[in-house]
Amino acid sequence: MKLSDKELEIIEILEKDARTPIDVLAKMIELPVEETEALVKKLEEANVIVQYTALVDWRKADGHEGVTAMIDVKVTPKRGVGFDEVAERIYRFPEVKSVYLMSGAYDLSVVIEGRSMADVAQFVSEKLSTLDSVISTTTHFILKKYKHDGIIFDQGDQDRRIVVAP
Amino acid sequence: MKPQTRRTYVSETVAGLKPSGIRRFFDLASSLDGVVSLGVGEPDFVTSWSIREASILSLEQGYTSYTANAGLFELRQEIAAYLRRKFHVEYRPEAEILVTVGASQAIDLALRAIVNPGDEVIVVEPGFVAYEPLVVLAGGTPVAVHASGADGFQLAPARIEQAITERTKAVIICSPNNPTGTVLRPSELDALARLAERHDFLVIADEIYAELTYEGEYISMAAVSGMRERTILISGFSKGFAMTGWRLGFAAAPEDILQAMLKIHQYAMMCAPTMAQYGALEALRNGEHEVEHMRNSYRRRRNYFVAALNEIGLPCHLPGGAFYAFPSIRHTGLTSEQFAERLLLEEKVAVVPGNVFGASGEGYIRCSYASSLEQLQEAIKRMKRFLARL
Repeated sequence: MKLSDKELEIIEILEKDARTPIDVLAKMIELPVEETEALVKKLEEANVIVQYTALVDWRKADGHEGVTAMIDVKVTPKRGVGFDEVAERIYRFPEVKSVYLMSGAYDLSVVIEGRSMADVAQFVSEKLSTLDSVISTTTHFILKKYKHDGIIFDQGDQDRRIVVAP
Repeated sequence: MKPQTRRTYVSETVAGLKPSGIRRFFDLASSLDGVVSLGVGEPDFVTSWSIREASILSLEQGYTSYTANAGLFELRQEIAAYLRRKFHVEYRPEAEILVTVGASQAIDLALRAIVNPGDEVIVVEPGFVAYEPLVVLAGGTPVAVHASGADGFQLAPARIEQAITERTKAVIICSPNNPTGTVLRPSELDALARLAERHDFLVIADEIYAELTYEGEYISMAAVSGMRERTILISGFSKGFAMTGWRLGFAAAPEDILQAMLKIHQYAMMCAPTMAQYGALEALRNGEHEVEHMRNSYRRRRNYFVAALNEIGLPCHLPGGAFYAFPSIRHTGLTSEQFAERLLLEEKVAVVPGNVFGASGEGYIRCSYASSLEQLQEAIKRMKRFLARL
């Protein structure tokens, strides 16, 4: 889908802050509110804007326990469907947050979120490793998130400028 | 016998300088909490990491000694390439480019290098607060020429012509302008160029905001026909590359003038800080993408902020560059000082009164939109409330 300059501006602005009010967005791209609204709707319907999500630092939510693991998976691709079939079988599991087909030492990179390491271990040994096409798995637990989706956690980016300057 | 009190040793020239009006507002705004500041004349971006990292690397590698007086030759070569690439002007890095401690120092050097006692320097107002004092410190006489808000603060070549005398040595222009954001039109630049030729004067072109021009290609004064030999081009890294605290600028000028500037620089400053120069090298080599990102961000905020100002009843022309909006507050019946002071005390929004930038700035306020969108929205909300009460 070929996007216009205004549409590209919209997705750049909303990708950075999905909560930008429509009237502010309209002023930023120099279009009337109605027209801006229509463009946003069009982008949503075309699945260019897939979803509006919040980036959460769960460590700050007391009582919330959880672990994230990245699993390198080697698989045997199947004739006719390649890696797509096994990828789909994996991404359908609700524990699976993302699945990427990779080049290099392994085929699929799978990100899993569970309540505990035992939870993840159970998922890997019982659900993932037992799939027919899966040859091997290597599990890496994420110890700390410093940066996610381009956002630095705890960057302490307060404005250090003096209040009035030349 | 010792005298009981010593006489004042401060020179008459310095004693006669007015303190910057910005300073007064800084003191006032700093004494309050919860201020939304539109008073900041610098980017709200931190210098990009690759530039900071290059500077750190230079320290790790022990590049901590003086550079050549004129600056690292490598950096001067990059500046020459940058000026050629961006503005289509040619300068020889070995003789026509000087790396300075901020663009401010470059302006100071330019004036000190050309002004004889009593020479007149035309300063276009509203303009950057330092121009007139620097002319005075160089021994010259500043002559203010007012740009008109009705014309979006464009240069008024006819008024400049009226101000020209036999003692006119130079005209200082700034495009995009601080505080109006105005980008000078090619026709105005051209008209000034013809005046410069006819009356034989120089143009000191402060182009520090050139990277922050939103529409069309930027035209440097030095690129205007016949003007390379009559222009002292001043720029730097503060605004476009978000490097204000690095204090790194540069000047490009014909050899005789540049060498005169270098002569002063080598005695007064020796050279610009070495680690900052290595950061600047990285900025010119690999910083283009970041600059574009920042420019786009400012442009969108300008669009929002200027539209919102007009909506709440503060008429404002659409500035073509920099990150300042300069709305009129004349219809409120307040002076720009009164408006800014009351807005600060009553609604805690800091703006800079327009008269700080010269008499023609009276009736206006300078609002910097180099702030987060949330802060700009909050400022608009408070200003609307303030205006409703007047």
